[in-house]
Amino acid sequence: MLLIVCPHCGPRNNDEFAFGGEASSRPGADASPDIWRSYLYDRANVAGWQTEQWFHVSGCRRFLNIERNTITNEIRRVRDASEGHD
Amino acid sequence: MKRSKRSVSYSALSLAKRGIRKADWPRVWRHPDLARNYDVVIVGGGVHGLATAYYLARNHGVTRVAVMEKSYIGSGGSGRNTAIVRSNYLTPEGSAFYNRSVKLYERLADDLNFNIMFEQRGHMTLAHNDSSLRTMHWRAEVNKLQGIESEVIDSGDVKRLVPVMDVSKKPRYPILGALWHPPGGIVRHDAVVWGYARAADSLGVHIHQDTEVVGIDAPDGQVRAVETSRGRVETPVVINCTAGWSTLIADMVGVRLPITTRPLQAAVTEPVQPFLNPVVVSGSLHVYVSQTARGELVFGASVDPFSAYSTRGSLDFTEGLAGHVLELMPPLSGMRMLRQWAGLCDMTPDFGPIIGPTEVGGFFLDVGWGTYGFKAGPVSGEQVAAMVATGSVPPLIAPFGLDRFARGDLTAEKGAAAVGH
Repeated sequence: MLLIVCPHCGPRNNDEFAFGGEASSRPGADASPDIWRSYLYDRANVAGWQTEQWFHVSGCRRFLNIERNTITNEIRRVRDASEGHD
Repeated sequence: MKRSKRSVSYSALSLAKRGIRKADWPRVWRHPDLARNYDVVIVGGGVHGLATAYYLARNHGVTRVAVMEKSYIGSGGSGRNTAIVRSNYLTPEGSAFYNRSVKLYERLADDLNFNIMFEQRGHMTLAHNDSSLRTMHWRAEVNKLQGIESEVIDSGDVKRLVPVMDVSKKPRYPILGALWHPPGGIVRHDAVVWGYARAADSLGVHIHQDTEVVGIDAPDGQVRAVETSRGRVETPVVINCTAGWSTLIADMVGVRLPITTRPLQAAVTEPVQPFLNPVVVSGSLHVYVSQTARGELVFGASVDPFSAYSTRGSLDFTEGLAGHVLELMPPLSGMRMLRQWAGLCDMTPDFGPIIGPTEVGGFFLDVGWGTYGFKAGPVSGEQVAAMVATGSVPPLIAPFGLDRFARGDLTAEKGAAAVGH
């Protein structure tokens, strides 16, 4: 169980959110099929600090970018997705 | 099967003799020194790695094989799964593959001379709505065409097979029927690991426990050596047989995988008198239950809702699981839970494993086993061994290559693999 501090709603249980996987950057429209394939399927699947997307389904219904350690489940940063990610 | 002289027979006669003489039992597998080179290095000492080593030695005479295990053998998914074996998958490729595994499990105790306690008590997947009943008819027909025993039964049959089940209209998800698969059952999972380790060792395989692979040397796209926590070994072939850490091992040679790692939680109750014969699964309730030979009930769930490398349990899981089990079997409300744990599952986009060669010469994959890896251990070991020894991919595992994602030729096994094990 995670406690996610939503920048809009405050501390909430992870049950309120939908996990959207690791954050990545969408390739340009002229990118090769291989780059699109990689974007679609390949994952870094980091063991450690990972930037990932969550959707606050039962709250503000905003997309968030969260920095979470996938080994310890510690969360160090939560931002609205409109602010981008590193 | 040819057996070396070192391996002690576990026949009734030898057990009696040794019991009477109070003879010491020899070490079941050795702790060898790291050799300078091997023909094949297998990363991961679970059922997949050890089975691959065993079949390489037994079927193909490749005995200069090392199995590298960073902890003790069977410490990962092989010791954390819920030990269910079945072959009633949805796709012809999937059911043919797992059917071969069931066949291997059926004679594995004889092959390995080790009691793996395989009990084919039947596997029952419950349907709580019309659409799952429809999919079960589909699955049953696919299975029957492959010669696999599989049929749809009604709620009266469910009650007859599992008297403790509530088949009334009262529950939130009433039971409409079930997919019944008589050859399915449970195994003692540790025994499968130990049996393969013992048999592989007696054929000359080196099993290195407490030996972590920290790097793979593959200049010019060809595997040359493996760096371990105990030193460097040269090898032309590395097989990635890990679960949980498969991405990290593949990263060492620059192979990217479509895998995310998720914990799956399971729990076990206190032991009670035998009352539950088959394995009971409910996809809608995300739960599966079986009773072990020791009398404990083993519960498993679906994977956690977010990716992680953590194997810690959580209270909401336990609550949800207990609630779902009680919905199926209300008389269990007085039972106490003994312990819970989690294992790491490498989920692929299509719920199929990834087996085959990669663009790096000598680097093979046997990964992405999601929540269904244990039941595939024997067939996967047999087929991966054949692939590595002969250099060509056997038809049974051809549908599961890494290149299927580039071709858009996914396996579509989610319907039968996602929760129901």
